Amino acid sequence: MKPPRFDYVRAHSLAEVTHTLAAEGGDARVIAGGQTLVPMLSMRLARPKVLIDIMGLSELARIEATENGLRVGAAVRQATLLAHPDLARLQPLLAAALPWVGHAQTRNRGTVCGSIAHADPSAELPLVLVALGGEVHLAKRWRQRSVAAEAFFLGLMSTARADDEFVAGVTFSAARAGQGFAFREFGRRHGDFAITACAAVVDERSTRLAVGGVADRPVARTWENLDGTALEDALNDFAYSLDARDDLHASARLRRDLVRKLGAATIAEARRCRV
Amino acid sequence: MPRLTSDARHKVSFTLNGHAVTAEAEPRLLLTDFLRHVVGVTGTHVGCEHGVCGACTIQIDGQPARACLTLAVSIEGADVRTVEALAPRDAEPGRLSVLQEAFRRHHALQCGFCTAGILMSLDAFLRDNRDPSEAEVREYLSGHLCRCTGYVPIVAATLDAARELRDGGFNV
Ligand code: FES
Ligand code: FES
Repeated sequence: MKPPRFDYVRAHSLAEVTHTLAAEGGDARVIAGGQTLVPMLSMRLARPKVLIDIMGLSELARIEATENGLRVGAAVRQATLLAHPDLARLQPLLAAALPWVGHAQTRNRGTVCGSIAHADPSAELPLVLVALGGEVHLAKRWRQRSVAAEAFFLGLMSTARADDEFVAGVTFSAARAGQGFAFREFGRRHGDFAITACAAVVDERSTRLAVGGVADRPVARTWENLDGTALEDALNDFAYSLDARDDLHASARLRRDLVRKLGAATIAEARRCRV
Repeated sequence: MPRLTSDARHKVSFTLNGHAVTAEAEPRLLLTDFLRHVVGVTGTHVGCEHGVCGACTIQIDGQPARACLTLAVSIEGADVRTVEALAPRDAEPGRLSVLQEAFRRHHALQCGFCTAGILMSLDAFLRDNRDPSEAEVREYLSGHLCRCTGYVPIVAATLDAARELRDGGFNV
Protein backbone atom coordinates (compact mmCIF):
# COMPACT_ATOMS: atom_id res chain seq x y z
CA MET A 1 0.00 0.00 0.00
CA LYS A 2 1.92 2.99 -1.27
CA PRO A 3 0.49 6.35 -2.32
CA PRO A 4 0.36 7.22 -6.02
CA ARG A 5 2.54 10.05 -7.34
CA PHE A 6 1.74 13.65 -6.52
CA ASP A 7 3.51 17.00 -6.38
CA TYR A 8 3.99 18.43 -2.92
CA VAL A 9 3.70 22.12 -2.12
CA ARG A 10 4.82 23.40 1.26
CA ALA A 11 2.71 26.54 1.58
CA HIS A 12 4.21 29.61 3.20
CA SER A 13 1.14 31.86 2.93
CA LEU A 14 -2.61 31.54 2.71
CA ALA A 15 -2.46 33.07 -0.75
CA GLU A 16 -0.25 30.20 -1.92
CA VAL A 17 -2.85 27.73 -0.72
CA THR A 18 -5.80 29.42 -2.36
CA HIS A 19 -3.93 30.22 -5.59
CA THR A 20 -2.83 26.62 -5.97
CA LEU A 21 -6.38 25.43 -5.30
CA ALA A 22 -7.73 27.89 -7.87
CA ALA A 23 -5.17 26.77 -10.44
CA GLU A 24 -5.50 23.02 -9.90
CA GLY A 25 -9.18 22.73 -9.01
CA GLY A 26 -10.23 19.26 -7.98
CA ASP A 27 -6.75 17.86 -8.62
CA ALA A 28 -5.30 19.50 -5.51
CA ARG A 29 -5.90 18.53 -1.91
CA VAL A 30 -4.88 20.30 1.26
CA ILE A 31 -2.98 18.09 3.69
CA ALA A 32 -2.67 18.96 7.37
CA GLY A 33 -1.97 16.20 9.92
CA GLY A 34 -2.44 13.50 7.29
CA GLN A 35 -4.04 11.01 9.66
CA THR A 36 -6.95 10.45 7.31
CA LEU A 37 -5.59 11.59 3.98
CA VAL A 38 -2.37 9.53 4.03
CA PRO A 39 -4.17 6.19 4.50
CA MET A 40 -6.62 7.24 1.77
CA LEU A 41 -3.64 7.90 -0.50
CA SER A 42 -2.06 4.58 0.43
CA MET A 43 -5.30 2.75 -0.31
CA ARG A 44 -5.59 4.87 -3.45
CA LEU A 45 -9.03 6.09 -2.47
CA ALA A 46 -7.69 9.59 -3.15
CA ARG A 47 -5.51 10.43 -6.17
CA PRO A 48 -4.72 14.13 -6.06
CA LYS A 49 -2.12 15.51 -8.45
CA VAL A 50 -0.94 18.05 -5.90
CA LEU A 51 -0.86 18.07 -2.11
CA ILE A 52 -0.67 21.43 -0.35
CA ASP A 53 0.82 21.17 3.14
CA ILE A 54 -0.59 23.90 5.38
CA MET A 55 1.11 22.95 8.65
CA GLY A 56 3.72 25.70 8.25
CA LEU A 57 1.14 28.51 8.35
CA SER A 58 1.20 30.06 11.81
CA GLU A 59 -1.99 32.05 11.09
CA LEU A 60 -3.83 28.72 10.86
CA ALA A 61 -2.35 27.36 14.09
CA ARG A 62 -4.37 29.57 16.43
CA ILE A 63 -7.03 28.71 19.00
CA GLU A 64 -9.04 31.85 19.79
CA ALA A 65 -11.92 32.49 22.15
CA THR A 66 -14.09 34.86 20.06
CA GLU A 67 -17.54 36.22 20.85
CA ASN A 68 -19.06 33.52 18.62
CA GLY A 69 -17.19 30.76 20.35
CA LEU A 70 -13.94 28.87 20.18
CA ARG A 71 -12.29 29.32 16.80
CA VAL A 72 -9.83 26.59 15.86
CA GLY A 73 -7.53 27.05 12.86
CA ALA A 74 -6.83 24.40 10.24
CA ALA A 75 -3.32 23.65 11.50
CA VAL A 76 -4.33 23.01 15.12
CA ARG A 77 -3.66 19.45 16.11
CA GLN A 78 -6.22 17.52 18.14
CA ALA A 79 -3.71 16.99 20.97
CA THR A 80 -3.00 20.73 21.09
CA LEU A 81 -6.67 21.59 21.51
CA LEU A 82 -7.11 18.86 24.12
CA ALA A 83 -4.17 20.30 26.08
CA HIS A 84 -5.58 23.85 25.99
CA PRO A 85 -5.76 24.89 29.67
CA ASP A 86 -9.20 26.53 29.39
CA LEU A 87 -10.88 23.97 27.16
CA ALA A 88 -13.09 22.42 29.84
CA ARG A 89 -14.40 25.87 30.76
CA LEU A 90 -14.76 27.27 27.25
CA GLN A 91 -16.41 24.21 25.78
CA PRO A 92 -16.84 21.15 28.02
CA LEU A 93 -18.32 19.07 25.20
CA LEU A 94 -15.04 19.29 23.26
CA ALA A 95 -13.09 18.36 26.36
CA ALA A 96 -15.33 15.33 26.83
CA ALA A 97 -15.27 14.16 23.21
CA LEU A 98 -11.64 14.76 22.16
CA PRO A 99 -10.19 11.83 24.14
CA TRP A 100 -12.42 9.58 21.99
CA VAL A 101 -10.91 10.84 18.73
CA GLY A 102 -8.49 8.18 17.49
CA HIS A 103 -5.60 7.38 19.82
CA ALA A 104 -3.09 9.62 21.58
CA GLN A 105 -0.60 8.65 18.88
CA THR A 106 -2.88 9.90 16.07
CA ARG A 107 -4.16 12.95 17.98
CA ASN A 108 -0.55 14.14 18.17
CA ARG A 109 -0.62 14.66 14.39
CA GLY A 110 -4.26 14.79 13.33
CA THR A 111 -5.97 18.17 13.15
CA VAL A 112 -9.41 19.22 14.35
CA CYS A 113 -10.35 20.72 10.99
CA GLY A 114 -9.00 17.72 9.07
CA SER A 115 -11.46 15.44 10.80
CA ILE A 116 -14.29 17.86 10.04
CA ALA A 117 -13.25 18.29 6.40
CA HIS A 118 -13.17 14.51 5.96
CA ALA A 119 -16.76 14.21 7.28
CA ASP A 120 -16.77 10.58 8.31
CA PRO A 121 -20.34 9.95 9.57
CA SER A 122 -19.08 8.20 12.69
CA ALA A 123 -16.30 10.65 13.60
CA GLU A 124 -16.58 12.53 16.88
CA LEU A 125 -15.58 16.07 15.90
CA PRO A 126 -18.21 16.57 13.17
CA LEU A 127 -20.77 15.31 15.69
CA VAL A 128 -19.66 17.81 18.32
CA LEU A 129 -19.74 20.63 15.79
CA VAL A 130 -23.31 19.76 14.80
CA ALA A 131 -24.40 19.33 18.43
CA LEU A 132 -23.10 22.80 19.29
CA GLY A 133 -24.41 24.41 16.13
CA GLY A 134 -20.95 25.61 15.10
CA GLU A 135 -19.60 26.99 11.85
CA VAL A 136 -17.07 25.93 9.24
CA HIS A 137 -14.93 28.68 7.68
CA LEU A 138 -14.10 28.04 4.04
CA ALA A 139 -11.46 30.02 2.21
CA LYS A 140 -10.77 30.42 -1.48
CA ARG A 141 -9.01 32.96 -3.62
CA TRP A 142 -10.09 36.46 -2.53
CA ARG A 143 -13.05 35.10 -0.58
CA GLN A 144 -14.08 33.56 2.69
CA ARG A 145 -17.44 32.22 3.73
CA SER A 146 -18.82 30.52 6.79
CA VAL A 147 -21.25 27.63 6.64
CA ALA A 148 -23.40 26.39 9.53
CA ALA A 149 -22.35 22.90 10.63
CA GLU A 150 -25.66 21.33 9.69
CA ALA A 151 -25.44 22.76 6.17
CA PHE A 152 -21.77 21.73 5.79
CA PHE A 153 -22.20 17.97 6.16
CA LEU A 154 -24.10 16.71 3.13
CA GLY A 155 -23.63 12.97 3.39
CA LEU A 156 -21.07 10.20 3.55
CA MET A 157 -17.71 12.03 3.38
CA SER A 158 -19.35 14.74 1.36
CA THR A 159 -19.52 18.39 2.35
CA ALA A 160 -20.46 21.85 1.09
CA ARG A 161 -16.78 22.61 0.37
CA ALA A 162 -16.16 23.43 -3.30
CA ASP A 163 -13.05 22.12 -5.08
CA ASP A 164 -11.30 25.47 -4.94
CA GLU A 165 -12.00 25.96 -1.23
CA PHE A 166 -10.43 24.58 1.90
CA VAL A 167 -11.46 24.43 5.53
CA ALA A 168 -9.45 27.25 7.08
CA GLY A 169 -11.03 26.98 10.52
CA VAL A 170 -14.08 26.03 12.54
CA THR A 171 -15.92 27.75 15.37
CA PHE A 172 -17.45 25.73 18.19
CA SER A 173 -20.00 27.82 20.05
CA ALA A 174 -18.88 28.63 23.57
CA ALA A 175 -20.57 27.23 26.65
CA ARG A 176 -23.18 29.48 28.29
CA ALA A 177 -24.14 29.53 31.96
CA GLY A 178 -27.04 27.17 32.58
CA GLN A 179 -26.00 24.69 29.91
CA GLY A 180 -25.04 21.07 30.49
CA PHE A 181 -23.09 18.84 28.10
CA ALA A 182 -22.36 15.16 27.77
CA PHE A 183 -20.73 12.84 25.25
CA ARG A 184 -21.00 9.06 25.05
CA GLU A 185 -19.84 6.56 22.50
CA PHE A 186 -20.31 2.87 21.82
CA GLY A 187 -17.62 1.16 19.76
CA ARG A 188 -15.78 -2.13 19.61
CA ARG A 189 -12.57 -0.77 21.10
CA HIS A 190 -11.56 2.58 22.53
CA GLY A 191 -10.18 4.68 19.68
CA ASP A 192 -12.15 2.93 16.95
CA PHE A 193 -14.74 4.84 15.02
CA ALA A 194 -18.05 4.83 16.87
CA ILE A 195 -20.84 2.40 16.07
CA THR A 196 -23.05 5.06 17.63
CA ALA A 197 -22.03 8.26 19.43
CA CYS A 198 -24.24 10.79 21.17
CA ALA A 199 -23.64 14.38 22.22
CA ALA A 200 -26.19 16.25 24.32
CA VAL A 201 -26.56 19.97 25.00
CA VAL A 202 -29.24 20.96 27.51
CA ASP A 203 -30.34 24.15 29.21
CA GLU A 204 -33.28 25.26 31.33
CA ARG A 205 -35.73 25.06 28.41
CA SER A 206 -34.47 22.68 25.77
CA THR A 207 -32.70 19.43 25.08
CA ARG A 208 -30.57 18.91 22.00
CA LEU A 209 -29.18 15.52 21.02
CA ALA A 210 -26.82 14.86 18.13
CA VAL A 211 -26.15 11.33 16.91
CA GLY A 212 -23.23 10.05 14.86
CA GLY A 213 -22.56 6.67 13.27
CA VAL A 214 -26.16 5.97 12.29
CA ALA A 215 -27.19 8.24 9.41
CA ASP A 216 -24.79 9.25 6.60
CA ARG A 217 -23.83 12.37 8.59
CA PRO A 218 -24.20 13.61 12.17
CA VAL A 219 -27.82 14.61 12.81
CA ALA A 220 -29.27 16.66 15.68
CA ARG A 221 -32.74 17.22 17.12
CA THR A 222 -33.87 19.82 19.62
CA TRP A 223 -36.88 19.37 21.88
CA GLU A 224 -38.41 21.33 24.67
CA ASN A 225 -37.39 19.65 27.90
CA LEU A 226 -39.19 16.32 27.85
CA ASP A 227 -39.18 13.58 30.46
CA GLY A 228 -40.40 10.05 30.96
CA THR A 229 -42.34 8.45 28.15
CA ALA A 230 -42.52 11.70 26.16
CA LEU A 231 -38.71 11.68 25.97
CA GLU A 232 -38.68 7.94 25.17
CA ASP A 233 -41.14 8.50 22.33
CA ALA A 234 -39.14 11.41 20.98
CA LEU A 235 -35.95 9.34 21.04
CA ASN A 236 -37.72 6.46 19.36
CA ASP A 237 -38.98 8.70 16.55
CA PHE A 238 -35.51 10.17 16.21
CA ALA A 239 -33.94 6.70 16.05
CA TYR A 240 -36.28 5.63 13.23
CA SER A 241 -35.84 8.88 11.32
CA LEU A 242 -32.09 8.24 10.95
CA ASP A 243 -32.57 5.44 8.46
CA ALA A 244 -30.03 3.12 10.11
CA ARG A 245 -28.43 0.42 7.94
CA ASP A 246 -27.04 -3.01 8.71
CA ASP A 247 -23.32 -3.31 8.15
CA LEU A 248 -20.31 -5.36 9.20
CA HIS A 249 -20.13 -3.71 12.59
CA ALA A 250 -23.73 -3.56 13.79
CA SER A 251 -27.32 -4.13 12.72
CA ALA A 252 -29.74 -1.29 12.06
CA ARG A 253 -31.75 -2.51 15.03
CA LEU A 254 -28.79 -2.31 17.40
CA ARG A 255 -28.07 1.20 16.17
CA ARG A 256 -31.67 2.31 16.78
CA ASP A 257 -31.53 0.79 20.21
CA LEU A 258 -28.28 2.63 20.91
CA VAL A 259 -29.90 5.92 19.90
CA ARG A 260 -32.68 5.25 22.43
CA LYS A 261 -30.54 3.98 25.31
CA LEU A 262 -27.27 5.84 24.81
CA GLY A 263 -29.25 8.95 23.86
CA ALA A 264 -31.27 8.83 27.08
CA ALA A 265 -28.13 8.22 29.16
CA THR A 266 -26.30 11.09 27.46
CA ILE A 267 -29.20 13.49 28.01
CA ALA A 268 -29.48 12.44 31.66
CA GLU A 269 -25.76 13.03 32.16
CA ALA A 270 -25.92 16.45 30.49
CA ARG A 271 -28.79 17.44 32.76
CA ARG A 272 -26.79 16.42 35.82
CA CYS A 273 -23.90 18.54 34.56
CA ARG A 274 -25.90 21.75 34.17
CA VAL A 275 -24.24 24.66 35.88
CA MET B 1 6.75 28.70 -3.84
CA PRO B 2 8.63 25.46 -3.32
CA ARG B 3 6.95 22.73 -5.28
CA LEU B 4 8.40 19.25 -5.01
CA THR B 5 7.63 17.44 -8.23
CA SER B 6 6.22 13.94 -8.15
CA ASP B 7 8.78 12.30 -10.40
CA ALA B 8 11.95 13.50 -8.69
CA ARG B 9 13.66 12.87 -5.40
CA HIS B 10 14.06 15.83 -3.10
CA LYS B 11 16.42 16.51 -0.22
CA VAL B 12 14.94 16.12 3.25
CA SER B 13 17.02 17.31 6.20
CA PHE B 14 16.05 16.39 9.72
CA THR B 15 17.45 15.18 13.02
CA LEU B 16 17.41 11.44 13.57
CA ASN B 17 18.26 10.19 17.05
CA GLY B 18 20.35 13.27 17.70
CA HIS B 19 22.26 13.28 14.40
CA ALA B 20 21.67 15.59 11.46
CA VAL B 21 20.58 13.55 8.44
CA THR B 22 19.94 14.55 4.85
CA ALA B 23 18.48 12.04 2.42
CA GLU B 24 16.33 12.07 -0.68
CA ALA B 25 12.67 11.19 -1.04
CA GLU B 26 9.93 11.38 -3.64
CA PRO B 27 6.86 13.24 -2.35
CA ARG B 28 4.89 10.01 -2.17
CA LEU B 29 7.40 8.16 0.02
CA LEU B 30 6.09 7.24 3.47
CA LEU B 31 8.31 7.94 6.44
CA THR B 32 8.37 4.22 7.28
CA ASP B 33 9.94 3.34 3.93
CA PHE B 34 12.18 6.39 4.05
CA LEU B 35 13.63 5.38 7.42
CA ARG B 36 13.97 1.70 6.56
CA HIS B 37 14.99 1.72 2.91
CA VAL B 38 16.62 5.07 2.28
CA VAL B 39 18.18 6.02 5.61
CA GLY B 40 18.70 2.36 6.57
CA VAL B 41 17.40 2.34 10.15
CA THR B 42 15.26 -0.77 10.32
CA GLY B 43 14.19 -0.86 13.97
CA THR B 44 10.86 0.75 13.06
CA HIS B 45 8.47 -1.96 11.91
CA VAL B 46 5.69 -1.80 9.34
CA GLY B 47 2.47 -3.69 9.95
CA CYS B 48 -0.80 -2.44 8.54
CA GLU B 49 0.49 0.65 6.71
CA HIS B 50 -2.73 2.53 7.40
CA GLY B 51 -2.48 3.73 10.95
CA VAL B 52 -4.25 0.96 12.80
CA CYS B 53 -1.63 -1.33 14.37
CA GLY B 54 0.92 1.06 15.87
CA ALA B 55 3.96 -1.03 14.88
CA CYS B 56 5.53 1.96 13.08
CA THR B 57 5.18 4.40 15.97
CA ILE B 58 8.15 6.75 16.38
CA GLN B 59 8.56 10.14 18.04
CA ILE B 60 8.33 13.32 15.98
CA ASP B 61 9.36 16.43 17.91
CA GLY B 62 9.02 14.41 21.10
CA GLN B 63 5.51 13.11 20.49
CA PRO B 64 4.57 9.56 19.45
CA ALA B 65 3.26 9.42 15.90
CA ARG B 66 2.61 6.88 13.16
CA ALA B 67 5.47 6.85 10.66
CA CYS B 68 3.19 5.15 8.11
CA LEU B 69 0.82 8.14 8.22
CA THR B 70 3.61 10.63 7.65
CA LEU B 71 5.11 11.69 4.33
CA ALA B 72 8.89 11.70 4.38
CA VAL B 73 9.04 15.17 2.81
CA SER B 74 6.89 16.57 5.63
CA ILE B 75 9.53 15.93 8.32
CA GLU B 76 11.90 18.55 6.95
CA GLY B 77 13.47 20.20 10.00
CA ALA B 78 11.80 17.86 12.50
CA ASP B 79 13.39 15.96 15.36
CA VAL B 80 12.75 12.24 14.83
CA ARG B 81 13.49 9.51 17.36
CA THR B 82 13.28 5.82 16.64
CA VAL B 83 13.77 2.73 18.80
CA GLU B 84 17.49 2.79 18.02
CA ALA B 85 17.77 5.82 20.33
CA LEU B 86 16.45 4.14 23.48
CA ALA B 87 19.47 2.26 24.80
CA PRO B 88 22.04 4.55 26.44
CA ARG B 89 24.55 5.37 23.75
CA ASP B 90 27.89 5.46 25.52
CA ALA B 91 27.21 2.59 27.90
CA GLU B 92 28.65 -0.87 27.39
CA PRO B 93 27.15 -2.88 24.52
CA GLY B 94 23.96 -4.73 25.38
CA ARG B 95 22.92 -2.22 28.01
CA LEU B 96 19.20 -1.40 27.74
CA SER B 97 17.06 1.49 28.90
CA VAL B 98 14.99 1.12 32.05
CA LEU B 99 11.85 0.53 29.99
CA GLN B 100 13.50 -1.96 27.64
CA GLU B 101 15.02 -3.83 30.58
CA ALA B 102 11.58 -4.01 32.24
CA PHE B 103 10.15 -5.43 28.99
CA ARG B 104 12.85 -8.11 29.03
CA ARG B 105 12.25 -8.98 32.69
CA HIS B 106 8.48 -9.25 32.27
CA HIS B 107 8.55 -11.10 28.93
CA ALA B 108 6.60 -8.18 27.46
CA LEU B 109 7.51 -9.28 23.95
CA GLN B 110 7.39 -12.55 22.11
CA CYS B 111 7.79 -12.12 18.37
CA GLY B 112 8.76 -8.47 18.89
CA PHE B 113 6.93 -7.16 15.86
CA CYS B 114 4.88 -4.64 17.84
CA THR B 115 7.61 -3.85 20.34
CA ALA B 116 9.51 -0.99 18.71
CA GLY B 117 6.31 1.01 18.30
CA ILE B 118 5.07 0.28 21.80
CA LEU B 119 8.43 1.25 23.32
CA MET B 120 8.43 4.60 21.52
CA SER B 121 4.90 5.36 22.72
CA LEU B 122 5.58 4.33 26.30
CA ASP B 123 8.92 6.13 26.38
CA ALA B 124 7.10 9.43 25.79
CA PHE B 125 4.24 8.40 28.06
CA LEU B 126 6.55 7.73 31.02
CA ARG B 127 8.40 10.98 30.40
CA ASP B 128 5.10 12.87 30.83
CA ASN B 129 3.48 10.60 33.46
CA ARG B 130 5.74 9.72 36.33
CA ASP B 131 3.12 7.83 38.29
CA PRO B 132 0.60 6.35 35.85
CA SER B 133 -2.30 4.09 36.83
CA GLU B 134 -2.88 0.77 35.11
CA ALA B 135 -5.96 2.26 33.42
CA GLU B 136 -3.89 5.11 31.96
CA VAL B 137 -1.28 2.69 30.63
CA ARG B 138 -3.99 0.54 29.05
CA GLU B 139 -5.68 3.55 27.47
CA TYR B 140 -2.36 4.65 25.99
CA LEU B 141 -1.72 1.12 24.73
CA SER B 142 -5.07 1.14 22.93
CA GLY B 143 -3.18 2.70 20.02
CA HIS B 144 -1.17 -0.51 19.59
CA LEU B 145 -1.95 -4.06 18.60
CA CYS B 146 0.06 -6.98 19.97
CA ARG B 147 -0.97 -10.41 18.77
CA CYS B 148 1.34 -12.35 21.09
CA THR B 149 1.43 -11.20 24.68
CA GLY B 150 -2.16 -10.40 25.61
CA TYR B 151 -0.84 -7.05 26.94
CA VAL B 152 -0.66 -8.15 30.60
CA PRO B 153 3.15 -8.35 30.70
CA ILE B 154 3.42 -5.07 28.76
CA VAL B 155 1.32 -3.28 31.37
CA ALA B 156 3.31 -4.88 34.20
CA ALA B 157 6.61 -3.90 32.61
CA THR B 158 5.45 -0.31 32.13
CA LEU B 159 4.31 0.08 35.72
CA ASP B 160 7.55 -1.50 36.90
CA ALA B 161 9.63 0.84 34.75
CA ALA B 162 7.65 3.84 36.06
CA ARG B 163 8.44 2.77 39.62
CA GLU B 164 12.11 2.36 38.86
CA LEU B 165 12.31 5.74 37.14
CA ARG B 166 10.66 7.41 40.11
CA ASP B 167 13.24 5.78 42.35
CA GLY B 168 15.97 7.58 40.47
CA GLY B 169 16.57 5.38 37.45
CA PHE B 170 17.79 7.37 34.48
CA ASN B 171 17.09 7.30 30.78
CA VAL B 172 13.59 6.01 30.19
S1 FES C 1 2.18 0.22 10.19
FE1 FES C 1 1.76 2.20 10.87
S2 FES C 1 0.11 1.88 12.21
FE2 FES C 1 0.36 -0.09 11.33
S1 FES D 1 5.15 -9.49 20.65
FE1 FES D 1 4.34 -10.33 18.84
S2 FES D 1 2.91 -8.81 18.24
FE2 FES D 1 3.52 -8.11 20.15
